[in-house]
Amino acid sequence: MRFLLRRLAFYLFTAWAAITINFFLPRMLKGDPVTAYLQKNQGKVSPEAIDSLRTLFGLDSDASLWQQYLDYWGQLLSGDLGVSFSNGLAPVSQVITAAIPWTVGLVGLATIISFLLGTSAGAVIGWRRGSRADYAVPFATFFSTVPYFWMALVVIAIFSTTLGWLPASHAYDKGSVPGWSWDFAGEVIAHGTLPALTIIVSSLGGWILGMRNMMVTVLDDDYVTVAQAKGLRPRRVLTQYASRNAVLPQLQSFALSLGFIVGGTLVMEMVFSYPGLGKLLLDATNAKDYPLMQGLFLVITLAVLVANILADVAYAVLDPRTRQMES
Amino acid sequence: MTFTSVPDASDGALPTEPRRPTMASRVSASFAMFRNGKSIAGLIIVGFFVVLAVFADWIAPYDPLEKDFQALRQGPTAQHWLGTTHMGEDVFSQIVYGTRGVLIVGLVAGVLATLVAVIVGVTAGYVSGWKSESLSALTNVFLVIPGLPLIIIVASQYEDPSIVLISAVIAITGWAWGARVLRAQTMSLRHRDFVQAAKANGERLHRIIAVEMLPNLTAIIASSFVGTVTAAVLGLTTLAFIGVIPITNLNWGTILFWAQQNGAFPDYWWWYIPAGVCIALLGMALSLINFGIDEYVNPRLRSAGERARAMRKKGLSASSGVTAVRTAPADD
Repeated sequence: MRFLLRRLAFYLFTAWAAITINFFLPRMLKGDPVTAYLQKNQGKVSPEAIDSLRTLFGLDSDASLWQQYLDYWGQLLSGDLGVSFSNGLAPVSQVITAAIPWTVGLVGLATIISFLLGTSAGAVIGWRRGSRADYAVPFATFFSTVPYFWMALVVIAIFSTTLGWLPASHAYDKGSVPGWSWDFAGEVIAHGTLPALTIIVSSLGGWILGMRNMMVTVLDDDYVTVAQAKGLRPRRVLTQYASRNAVLPQLQSFALSLGFIVGGTLVMEMVFSYPGLGKLLLDATNAKDYPLMQGLFLVITLAVLVANILADVAYAVLDPRTRQMES
Repeated sequence: MTFTSVPDASDGALPTEPRRPTMASRVSASFAMFRNGKSIAGLIIVGFFVVLAVFADWIAPYDPLEKDFQALRQGPTAQHWLGTTHMGEDVFSQIVYGTRGVLIVGLVAGVLATLVAVIVGVTAGYVSGWKSESLSALTNVFLVIPGLPLIIIVASQYEDPSIVLISAVIAITGWAWGARVLRAQTMSLRHRDFVQAAKANGERLHRIIAVEMLPNLTAIIASSFVGTVTAAVLGLTTLAFIGVIPITNLNWGTILFWAQQNGAFPDYWWWYIPAGVCIALLGMALSLINFGIDEYVNPRLRSAGERARAMRKKGLSASSGVTAVRTAPADD
């Protein structure tokens, strides 16, 4: 419990830091695109929307910085992230909420599959060190450094354009309406397979290498030798003794590399025209839609923090030492 | 860094040692971490790209933006080894010149990020109490915040971001991992005997850090440098691909950006495959260097494969450990 509380305090601190960075970013950068936009579109933007944009971007320079900061927090806590220029002045929070399920579903699922597959494969490769399984290591290295977006392009070229097996873009067929039907679910799966495949192939190598190196280190420890000397079956030593300890650093690196994976998948979404947060961010970048960009950075960071908390809970479940600390 | 001119801890402990290590032996000792198959393979590939970048003017058959309107969207031919773009530009020349952009940003971002990592990491490891904890918390915040969205947002606020600005932004989001590892290593070094001895001798803080500690951290600093260069190369090409970086800055990502914008996918494979392969090759080479350093730091990684192979030759299985029974008669 103390372990989790400590971590929770850290995440609260990080969330505060991210929100504060978000507050200072537009104030530190030169130029004032928001004022320019408002002048160009006088009369179209409602006075309330102008007020909230002023607070978000620090245009109300007559107020003190501290007062601006307090206003900013008040606005965030009431869920007001301003209005999006490129989406017909719809509230940013509404635009983002529509995109979240697609990214969380696709990236979350694919990352977990990739982590499980890669960790199991890495455990076996480490267990059979010195055998032919070691030949997998250079391939894993190569694939772990391929950029996500390029892998996405190649996957589209092979499976969609050449073989014609799966659709190459969007999350569902044109003209169908999102709803809870088997037909629609089938479409979502068909459209999600290639993006998911891209994430799995690009990130699998890293998991394999990390787990393999931990296994090789752990297998030299005395308790593994003792377990084998006791005559336990190799499978039991592999799963219950060696892997269980080797997977702990793996979980930590899972939490730490989430930010990196999210970055890669954002661009991949653009290649697949997948209607998630990444495509939204890049569209916002191209349209110079600053309120939407700010809101997205905040939401993405908070999502990564939540995923980190989940990884910490898994760590506490697997490692009894973190639970013992309270006694 | 001036540690080559200073005796290391073992020399200080053994004043009667008659043979002082020469300059050459010290230099070769500090390169020991690169002296294994993986590191050498990685260094050769990186060296190849460096040669491409430095001698681009001689190697590239055309100017990267030279237009040949007789050959538009052509596959590889004798004149154009990797074909041409929609404007008749030579893809091979673009790749060769693009190497420059990639390596410069990788190097600048890597140096900046490593500097920050060393300063923050070593300080956090050496001081104790709330100072160490707060520096560590700062590091962790930067580790958790996703870098790429931040880079995209900052870079997109500028009309024409310069190379230095892009490198600096990549460095700001990329130093945290190295700082974390360095902090852990410095903390373990702080209590070693030779550091305690230096302290007892009344050596000043900056001398203890620069002379006693840094030489023992070189492997980790090198590995964090190589790691940030890898991340910078990926970050730069990604930014160029989504069009945040002005297209006047030619690099491999820009080639992919042009290919995407002008409908190269999927038919004109010669336009987009080579650039991606180059990114992956450079990334793999840098990872290989890092594996070599890892094996130098952690000898268990290095010897695991060799020992298991040796046991197999004797008819034993490494996986079944000590309970294995020799089936083949021993011939020695």
